[in-house]
Amino acid sequence: MPPTTTPSTGVPYDPSHAWALHPQVSLRPESFGALAYHFGTRRLTFLKSRTLLTVVETLAAQPSGVDACRAAGVADDELPAYEQALQALAESGMICERVA
Amino acid sequence: MTTVAPAGTRLVDRFEQGLDAPICLTWELTYACNLACVHCLSSSGWRDPRELSTDECKALIDEFERMQIFYVNIGGGEPTIRSDFWELVDYATAHHVGVKFSTNGSRISEAVAARLAGSDYVDVQISLDGATAPVNDAVRGDGSFATAVTAMERLAAAGFSGFKLSVVVTRHNVGQLDRFKAIADRYGAQLRLTRLRPSGRGADVWDELHPTAAQQRQLYDWLVAHGEDVLTGDSFFHLAGYGDSLPGLNLCGAGRVVCLVDPVGDVYACPFAIHDDFLAGNVRATGGFTSVWRDADLFTELRAPQSAGACTSCGHFDACRGGCMAAKFFTGLPLDGPDPECVLGHGEHALETLGAVAAPRPSPDHSARPRRVAVALTPARRPDRGCDESPLAGAGSH
Repeated sequence: MPPTTTPSTGVPYDPSHAWALHPQVSLRPESFGALAYHFGTRRLTFLKSRTLLTVVETLAAQPSGVDACRAAGVADDELPAYEQALQALAESGMICERVA
Repeated sequence: MTTVAPAGTRLVDRFEQGLDAPICLTWELTYACNLACVHCLSSSGWRDPRELSTDECKALIDEFERMQIFYVNIGGGEPTIRSDFWELVDYATAHHVGVKFSTNGSRISEAVAARLAGSDYVDVQISLDGATAPVNDAVRGDGSFATAVTAMERLAAAGFSGFKLSVVVTRHNVGQLDRFKAIADRYGAQLRLTRLRPSGRGADVWDELHPTAAQQRQLYDWLVAHGEDVLTGDSFFHLAGYGDSLPGLNLCGAGRVVCLVDPVGDVYACPFAIHDDFLAGNVRATGGFTSVWRDADLFTELRAPQSAGACTSCGHFDACRGGCMAAKFFTGLPLDGPDPECVLGHGEHALETLGAVAAPRPSPDHSARPRRVAVALTPARRPDRGCDESPLAGAGSH
């Protein structure tokens, strides 16, 4: 795979910004959560909760990352863990910022 | 592979119960091969006349797409020998099934290399089992080192970066790990090391080719030092008893997250377990692959809690999970006992106790020549190979 197709990585996650699943990423729900596969980087990532799957699936329809978390039912005390997970997904190019 | 986890369940525990679809599916397209590697895990050579037709292969790809199997690891035999190989690769990628195929490089022409470099959805794995021609060719056959190097030169020249250089670690090449890494770096490839299994023709040469206990330690230390830079298909989880786990999922994925579809459509629990005892069904039967994966009795059994048997009292069981099922089976060891290469030496001891009891023979055999009963290989002469398809190995950036 030519390196030119590798999405930029290391994008910091800002919960107040609008996000979306990268168009080259597919999600497969599983009992533990989901598998996320990026066809461009060929990276496989395990999402270890169904709620995180919902967050990721609905990112594109929500005005911001934090809105997506709240709409999916993430409680305040769980928010840091979810934001950390979204940070990891942003860094690996699984999710990307969109123009709101 | 990355885990993104707000919750706290151990993923390994979930994986042991099986998934709706495999994570790492190996599909051997043909048993035909222009080489006759002494350790071929699928005993390849002659094409099987019952091979799946082009239409049957496409129907199977349709199923993979429906099951959301993101990519398949295609092997053989030498898969590029099939006249419909590129047609099937194109069909898979058009149906959102990525392909990584293993090849000895003999058909990687400049035109093929250019075509591969232009595709996002196809990855290539070149097999090489010695960092020098004598070591490689003793195992893979005369001229095979030069063939693989030419293929890598062509891929690099075409601008294909990040293809895989895949090495089966043996007693004769374990001292060449730095040289393999240098070769991979030279061509912009990623090194992938996998374990030699006593599967297929590998059963005939395992005694002489598998790394010694001292070499295993050396291998483990090297892998720890290189971390995620080197892929392993998670095939060395039996070494976890040395200390820290290696990157990846440390478990036997057979029938849980891994399986093999062979050229005639038989579905086995893993690529290293081509034997009737691990045959779950056939994709040609009613219900197809989906039904085999979800309902086969063998897979249901493998997804149930397994007994640790003789390893129950071992403090390292949680790390190595008893090792590789296929390695135990084909060396004649009980499945609920130690791996033959158990780092504490329990496997070696068990093998001694076993004595002359015959180990199960791999089946079926498509070798083009009579199998070698014994090979006298010395590093000074020449050499040997294996597959990955890592149980889980593919997980990660494969």
